[in-house]
Amino acid sequence: MKRVYANEAVCAGCRLCEIWCVVAHSKTKDIIKAFNEEFPRPLPRVKVEEFGPFSFALQCRHCKEPPCIEACMTGAMHRETPEGPVLHDPDKCVGCWMCIMVCPYGAIDRDETIKKIASKCDLCQDEEEPSCVAHCPNEALVFEDRGE
Amino acid sequence: MRYVIIGNSAAAVGGVEGIRRIDPEGEITLVSKEPYPVYSRPLISYFLAGQVDARHMGYRPSSFYRDYGVAALLGEEAETVDTEKSEVVLMDGQRIPYDRLLIATGGVPFVPPIKGVESRGVTTFTTYDDAKNLKRLVRGIKRVVILGGGLIGIKAMEGLQTHGVDITVVELMDRVLGLVLDKTASGILEKELQKEGVHLAKETTVREIVPDSEGKVSGVVLENGQALEADHVIIAIGVRPNLRVVEGTPIETNRGILVDDAMQTNIPNVYAAGDVAEAVDLLNGGRRVIPILPNAYRQGSVAGISMAGGEASYLGGLVMNSVEVGGIPAISAGIMNPPDGKGFEVKRFLDRKAHIYRKMVIRENRLVGFILIGAIDRAGIYTGLIRERIDVRPFKRRLLKMDFGVIDFPKDLRTYKLSTVYM
Repeated sequence: MKRVYANEAVCAGCRLCEIWCVVAHSKTKDIIKAFNEEFPRPLPRVKVEEFGPFSFALQCRHCKEPPCIEACMTGAMHRETPEGPVLHDPDKCVGCWMCIMVCPYGAIDRDETIKKIASKCDLCQDEEEPSCVAHCPNEALVFEDRGE
Repeated sequence: MRYVIIGNSAAAVGGVEGIRRIDPEGEITLVSKEPYPVYSRPLISYFLAGQVDARHMGYRPSSFYRDYGVAALLGEEAETVDTEKSEVVLMDGQRIPYDRLLIATGGVPFVPPIKGVESRGVTTFTTYDDAKNLKRLVRGIKRVVILGGGLIGIKAMEGLQTHGVDITVVELMDRVLGLVLDKTASGILEKELQKEGVHLAKETTVREIVPDSEGKVSGVVLENGQALEADHVIIAIGVRPNLRVVEGTPIETNRGILVDDAMQTNIPNVYAAGDVAEAVDLLNGGRRVIPILPNAYRQGSVAGISMAGGEASYLGGLVMNSVEVGGIPAISAGIMNPPDGKGFEVKRFLDRKAHIYRKMVIRENRLVGFILIGAIDRAGIYTGLIRERIDVRPFKRRLLKMDFGVIDFPKDLRTYKLSTVYM
């Protein structure tokens, strides 16, 4: 399946991916309105990790054998098709954090803005490519099928 | 191919989903004592608390059995397995032939022979029916004694707290959640419990349950002599593998049903998974029953794939738990209380005011356990380090940091992580 891959060598650490992820998951999909008027604002589902001169953006890897789906006690974490993205149903989630306990990438966050639920990348289902990739100014994020 | 599954929880679902990855055609029959379509067992405390309604109890969508082509016999109890004839015998005498069998009967609560334990108002807390029953009774309950301060006891307590019941938790160890936390971690959570008005009686147990003249619970007497009033008692000491269907069969058991890496028992074509199975332990290589949901699902999935002729191997179970007590989240995994002087290195960070505690247990340069209280984010990175037996020397001094992340891995490992997915 197509996944987002990070290229550490060209990541500038600008965090535009985080910003555009928030916009993509906002109600208005408008950067000004999302940041000015939407409270609570959605959490970014991609995170830039930074240490000294090094940085890269990391989000859910949509694993082949996702530990989060195995550990999810309610069935909120799921796949709709075997090759599809790992998705999360906020209606079923109770915020038990079992997924956080097992995600080896640390790519799932606690979202306690409205009710306690997990928050993770959905690969921007309605878009041609994920918003973080589309807005990365230096191709440090790419959306590719590498045969995995 | 005819598959039969006994059980209807996480391991059984893993089994169904595993079988169907390989074999879209074979007949699957599932036998379950409980009359409900597959529900999420850990949600029973949320149901009791009123945080989750009946509509949201499903572990899978209501179309699950149809979607996966499963004939589900719900409310039918298996009595035994006839391994000679390859048949499952039901209580009503019906015989169901199998080519491959998965035993996923889970656990049963352990009820010790305490005097008065047969009194009305003494219950356990592991099934949907237990939760429904308790929810029906709760309005008439003023004081409850929960025997056992482990995960089940704490979950029962959580479920009852919203109902304004006076709760006393009786725990034999010197702390609650003793098997999944250490003294410091438990101490932080106990303080919150006490703030919420929960009474703790530690290092003691219930000697006797005292019924009134009508045979209903009126109180308990503790081992330390203390008498407590109570109109309900919940026994939450622990669960044991539910071995009933294999009793008197040649299927080999120890504490649980013994299985190999493919989850097969000593009898060909008979598999076991979940809380009933004694499978390999990731950290010590021996076999052990680890009754937690993620292991159950994984074991079921491995069993299902193997039963259908695919290649799958269970890499070993790891003790791990995520709980929240008094609004403070806690996650732990692996060896949390290493014995002194056995080659373990322990690193700790404690900020009592902020309710933050982090502990790492290292053996031979590999992380083998951790406890995170308060600051639990990205806990899975640590779980991953344990599972993948990664040498932590290059980033040992960063391990306890709140912002510890993939960036702290050596470049090779980091690049590998970023370019691959978890298989």
